[in-house]
Amino acid sequence: MTKTYPKASRPSLDNVSVSIEKGEFVFFIGPSGSGKSTIIKMLLHEVTPNKGRVVVNGKDVTSMRSWKRPHFRRSIGCVFQDFRLLPNRTAYENVAFALEVIGKTKAVARRVVPEVLELVGLGGKEHRYPHELSGGEQQRVAVARAFVNRPLILLADEPTGNLDPDTSIEIMRLLDRINRTGTTVVMVTHDSNIVNQMRRRVIEIESGRIVRDQARGVYG
Amino acid sequence: MRMKYVLSEVLVGLWRNVTMTIAMIITMAVSLFMLGGSGLLYQKVGDMKDLYYENVEVSIFLTQEVTEQQRADLDSKLKSDPMVKEVLYVDKQQAYERFQQMYADAPDLVNAVKPDQLPESFRLKLNNPEQYKSIYDQYKESEGVDEIVDQSKLLDKVFGVLTGFQNGALAIAIVMAIAALLLVANTIQVAAYSKRREVAVMKLVGASNWFIQAPFVLEAVVAGLLGSILGLVALAVVKVTAAGSSLAALEGLITPVSWSEIFLIFPLMAGVGGLVSAVTAWVTLRFYLRV
Repeated sequence: MTKTYPKASRPSLDNVSVSIEKGEFVFFIGPSGSGKSTIIKMLLHEVTPNKGRVVVNGKDVTSMRSWKRPHFRRSIGCVFQDFRLLPNRTAYENVAFALEVIGKTKAVARRVVPEVLELVGLGGKEHRYPHELSGGEQQRVAVARAFVNRPLILLADEPTGNLDPDTSIEIMRLLDRINRTGTTVVMVTHDSNIVNQMRRRVIEIESGRIVRDQARGVYG
Repeated sequence: MRMKYVLSEVLVGLWRNVTMTIAMIITMAVSLFMLGGSGLLYQKVGDMKDLYYENVEVSIFLTQEVTEQQRADLDSKLKSDPMVKEVLYVDKQQAYERFQQMYADAPDLVNAVKPDQLPESFRLKLNNPEQYKSIYDQYKESEGVDEIVDQSKLLDKVFGVLTGFQNGALAIAIVMAIAALLLVANTIQVAAYSKRREVAVMKLVGASNWFIQAPFVLEAVVAGLLGSILGLVALAVVKVTAAGSSLAALEGLITPVSWSEIFLIFPLMAGVGGLVSAVTAWVTLRFYLRV
């Protein structure tokens, strides 16, 4: 597929073709502006390619009408570098909010949220506010929020970008554990250390083209 | 739960920006008050036109020196005229009785006038009151005719003034509605900004568009409805104060506005208030939230 943004001199993604299997763990690496983030945005149906098709979970996203987007998003979890937590809500409320706004009852939240917070290792810190948690803990809340709806795919856009190396590794262990439940994990990163340790599929992008696609790869 | 969430969001939203909310409600109230007033005037003018034009008369006053023959000629001509529906002859004595009735409040005036001084007249009802001009042309030069007076001319002036008031009220209503509309748009932008984090998360996790938009749209609708209620109260206050003031003297001329008419205009005000707010909020969100 190809994506050219308006006013851009060259395409952000140029004839890129990637296939990711269910249950895979994939790193997208490459310098800033190489087009990694555009891939994430396409998977989220935030942008559509000018040419080519994007198929997610067996659905052709390219031609999807925008009013179908909300429902489509429920099968995808998202984690970002800046956590994107609601500062005036506790860890529990942040996760429960994600459930309640898609129509789940409070009773469901009461059953599911403590479970997932336990899974990400935040048992006992449910009622702390984001500012009372460390960066790593905040990212765990974000992972819990992304995973609580049991998505088929977890997208992580530089999830360790704001964290120190030790905390980063803990977050990676968590993502690995989530991957083992059968969830596909797609992660965009700059962090060579992590890529080298994990030894998973690595797709390297440069100037909108795939320059390497390697199973059990390293940062290079 | 979702309904409860949406409603609590609406209340929080209205309260968060309370000065703006008040400004929005007041502007909306003034606009809807004017709209309601204009609607009522429109109804009144319609009612009164029916009532007055039905009873409108053309009076042909005869000269003091009119002869028996002239009067009889005129009478037969009028009776055979296809434009004339009814002819009533009023002699001096009857004219005096009418005069006495009309000026019962001023006995001095009544005493000063003798039956002899009042002119005899024919009172005509026309099939079509607007044909006054042809009647005038036709009979003006007839012998024994002194003057032809058409009441509908006076009525036209009265109705002209009332229609002017009505249009003025409508113009103010529209100008205030534009102000209200801009305030709604602004309030919704501020609300959307202050909830941008929540909205971003909701979009991310796949909350439906209506669920994201509903609190904002309802916030505007509630303000619009509160405005219409305030406008209704203002109309009621005007009715009550007008009844006890100098305007009450006009009551014989202008048919009074009943309570039921005021309450019947309320659905119009509430509908316009609610709809304008909802559409404005929704359009603003389209641009601002891009959900």
